[in-house]
Amino acid sequence: MTRFIAHNIFGSGFLLLTASSAAEATNATGGIAGSYRWITFLVFASVIALTMYVTYLSAKRVRSTADFYAAGSSITGLQNGWAIAGDYLSAASFLGIAGLISIYGYDGFMYSVGFLVAYITVLLLIAEPCRNLGKYTLADILAYRNDPRKTRITGALSVITVSTFYLTAQMVGGGVLVKTLIGIDYEVSVVVVGILMLSYVLFGGMVATTWVQIIKAALLVIASLVIVCFVWMPYGFSLPAFMQDIVLDGRIQSRVVALLADSGKTMSAVELGQRFLEPGLLFKAPIDQISLGLALVFGTAGLPHILMRFFTVPDAKAARKSVIWATMIIGGFYLLTLFLGFGAAKLVGPQNILAVDAGGNMAAPLLAQFIGGGPDSLLGNFMLAFVSAVAFATIVAVVAGLVLASASAIAHDLYVGVIHSGDAVPAHKQVLAARVATLVVGGIAIAIGIAAKGQNVAALVGLAFAVAASANFPCLVLTLYWRRCNTTGIIAGMVVGTTVAVGLTLVSPNLTYPLAVRSSAFKVLAEEPAKRARINAGLASDDISVREKATRDAGSLDKDLLKARTDLVKVQGQQTSFVGLEKPLIGLKNPGIFSIPLGFLAVLLGSLLSRDKRAEALWDEVQARRVTGLYTSQPSAH
Amino acid sequence: MSITPIQWNAVVRDARFVELHRRKSRFAWTLMSVSLAYYLTLLIAAAYFQNVFRLKVWGVLNVGLLFALSQFLMTWFITIYYVRTANSDFDKMALAIADDVRAGRIGAA
Repeated sequence: MTRFIAHNIFGSGFLLLTASSAAEATNATGGIAGSYRWITFLVFASVIALTMYVTYLSAKRVRSTADFYAAGSSITGLQNGWAIAGDYLSAASFLGIAGLISIYGYDGFMYSVGFLVAYITVLLLIAEPCRNLGKYTLADILAYRNDPRKTRITGALSVITVSTFYLTAQMVGGGVLVKTLIGIDYEVSVVVVGILMLSYVLFGGMVATTWVQIIKAALLVIASLVIVCFVWMPYGFSLPAFMQDIVLDGRIQSRVVALLADSGKTMSAVELGQRFLEPGLLFKAPIDQISLGLALVFGTAGLPHILMRFFTVPDAKAARKSVIWATMIIGGFYLLTLFLGFGAAKLVGPQNILAVDAGGNMAAPLLAQFIGGGPDSLLGNFMLAFVSAVAFATIVAVVAGLVLASASAIAHDLYVGVIHSGDAVPAHKQVLAARVATLVVGGIAIAIGIAAKGQNVAALVGLAFAVAASANFPCLVLTLYWRRCNTTGIIAGMVVGTTVAVGLTLVSPNLTYPLAVRSSAFKVLAEEPAKRARINAGLASDDISVREKATRDAGSLDKDLLKARTDLVKVQGQQTSFVGLEKPLIGLKNPGIFSIPLGFLAVLLGSLLSRDKRAEALWDEVQARRVTGLYTSQPSAH
Repeated sequence: MSITPIQWNAVVRDARFVELHRRKSRFAWTLMSVSLAYYLTLLIAAAYFQNVFRLKVWGVLNVGLLFALSQFLMTWFITIYYVRTANSDFDKMALAIADDVRAGRIGAA
C-alpha cells in the first residue's frame, strides 16, 4: 500500500485520491449510514438551495461582458479576499492536507506552508499590475505591449491547458469523493457537479461565481472551527499539551513503525511518536520537496482562475486589500489543518483513515463524524453530512471558477480578440459568446470527468501548478518588469515552460508503470501463504492480544490481496506507461526545479534574439500604468 | 477612455514618477527576496538538517514545527507591512502623478 501511494506523492496535497484506492474503498465505511440518508439530503439541499438563490439574485446583475467576466469590477477587497480563499481552498487542500497530516505528520503540514507563502508572490509582483493593466484575462496583460494576435493565442492556449489539468483533477476527485461520502454513482456525481456549476456560471457569471465562493469559504471556515474547538478544548487550548498527546498515541506510534519499516524497530514508543512531528515521512528525496515548494510558490501566481479574481475589484488598492484578507483567511484555515490532521490521527487513527481511502482524504469528514458521536449517532451523521456538503460545494465552486477562466480565454481572447481582432463585436454578442463558450467548456469538463475516471488526480493538479509556474509566471513577470521582453520571448517561454513541465511529468514516477504494479502485486500474492500461516498460528494462540493482532493482520492481508488482484486486472496486457515507458526515466516527481528556470531562460533568450518595435515603444506606457494605475483608478477627490 | 493621448515617455521621465518607481520596486523586490530566502531555508533545512529540526524547544514542539509555524507569521508580517507602506506612501504619490496627467500638467501631447 505504501509503495502504491509513493507513486502519487507528487502534488498529493491537493488530492491524494489514487487511481483505484478511493473508488475501491467505497464500502459502507466512511459513508453515511442508510438510516441517516435523509440528513444528508437535507443538508445538501440546503447548501445547494442557498447557492441557487444567490445565483438567481446575481443573474439580474449580469448584463455586459464586464459583469459576466469581472462582476463589473464592483467586488470589494474584503469580498474578493473571501472569494480568493474560496477559489484556493479546493476540496483538495481542505481534505487533502488534513489527510496528509493525519497519515504523514509533519510533511503534510509543509503543503499548508507552501500554499500560503505563495500569496507573497501574488501580492508583491502580480496583483496590482494585473488590476492596472488587464481587463478580463491573463492574455490581456501579455497582449498589452506584444503582438496582440500571437500572444492572445498563446496566452489563451496556456490558460486552457492549465485549467483543463486542474479541472479534470477536480472533476475526477469530486466524483470519487461524493461517491465515497454519500454513495452516489461516480458518473452521476460528475454530471451533477457539472450541471450545478454550469447553472452558476451561465446565469450568474462572475457575480454568482464570486458569491458562491464566498459562501463556500465561510461554510468551510465555520465547519473547521467547530471541529477544531472540539478537538482542542480538552487540552485547554494548549498547543504543547495537544501535541504531547499525539506523541503518546499508540496508533500514531504504530503508523510511524509502518512508515519507517526497519529503522523504526529500534526506537522507543515515545521516540516513534515524536518522529511523527519531524520531517521525512512523506518526502524521501530532498530535491522533490524543494522542487514542489518552488512550483507552489510561483505556480499560484500563474493560475488563471486566481489571476482573474483581481479583475473583479475596482483598483489596485482593493486588489491589495483582497490579498491581505485572502492571506488571513487562508493562513488561518491552514493553521486549523494542523488540528484537523493531527486530531484525526489521534481520534480516528491513521489506520482507520487509510482503510477508507488510501490517500487519507477522508480524515476531516471522519473526524467530524467522530466528534459528533460516531457513525451510529444522529449528530455524528449530521456533522459528516455537513462536512461532505461543504466539500461538495467546494468542488462545484472551484470548477465554476476554472470554467469561467477557460470560457473567457475562448470568448474574450480567441473569439473577440483574435477572430474579430478587437472591439467590432457588439456587447450583447460578446456576452452570448461568453455563455456559449461556458456551455462548451462545461460540457467538455463533464465528458473529461467521466472519461478520466480512475486517472491519477494528484499528477494532474501537480501538472497544473508546474505549467502555471514554468510558463505563465515567467511570461507575466518579465512582460511586466523587463523592458526588453517581447512577443518572441513570450511565445518561447510559453512553449518551453509548458513542454518541459509536461514532458518531465510524463517520464516521471507519477505515471502508472504496469511492470512495477505487476511485480509488486505478484510479491503480495507470493507472500500470502507465509503470512497466512503466521496469522493462523496467531489465531490459535492463548494470548488474547496476540489473537486480536492476528485478526487485524488477517483483515489487512485480505485488503492487500484484493488490491493486488484488482491491480493485476487493471494492468492486464500492458507493458508500458501511458507514454510507452517501462520504467520512469527520471526520479524527480515535480518538474519545477528544472522547468521554472528553463521557462525564464526561454523568455530571456527569445526576447534577446529578436527585436519588437511595438513592445519597446509601449514600455513607457506599461510602466506608467503599472505604477500609477492611470485609467483604472479614480481621480482623487480634491 | 475620453482622455487625450498621453506622452507616456514624459510621464516616466517625471521626477516624481522616477522616485515612486524606484522606491516601490526596491521595496517590493527586497520583501520578495527576503521572504523567498526565508521559505527556501525551511525547504532546504527540512531536507538536509533534520537533526536540527528534531530539537525539542517547547514541550514536544521541535524546531521544525516552530519554524514552519513562523512562516505563517512571516507571510502575515510581509503582507501587512507592504500593504501599509503602499497605502500610506505609494498610493499618495501615484494619485498625485495620475491627477497631474489627467489635468494635462504632465505628458500632454
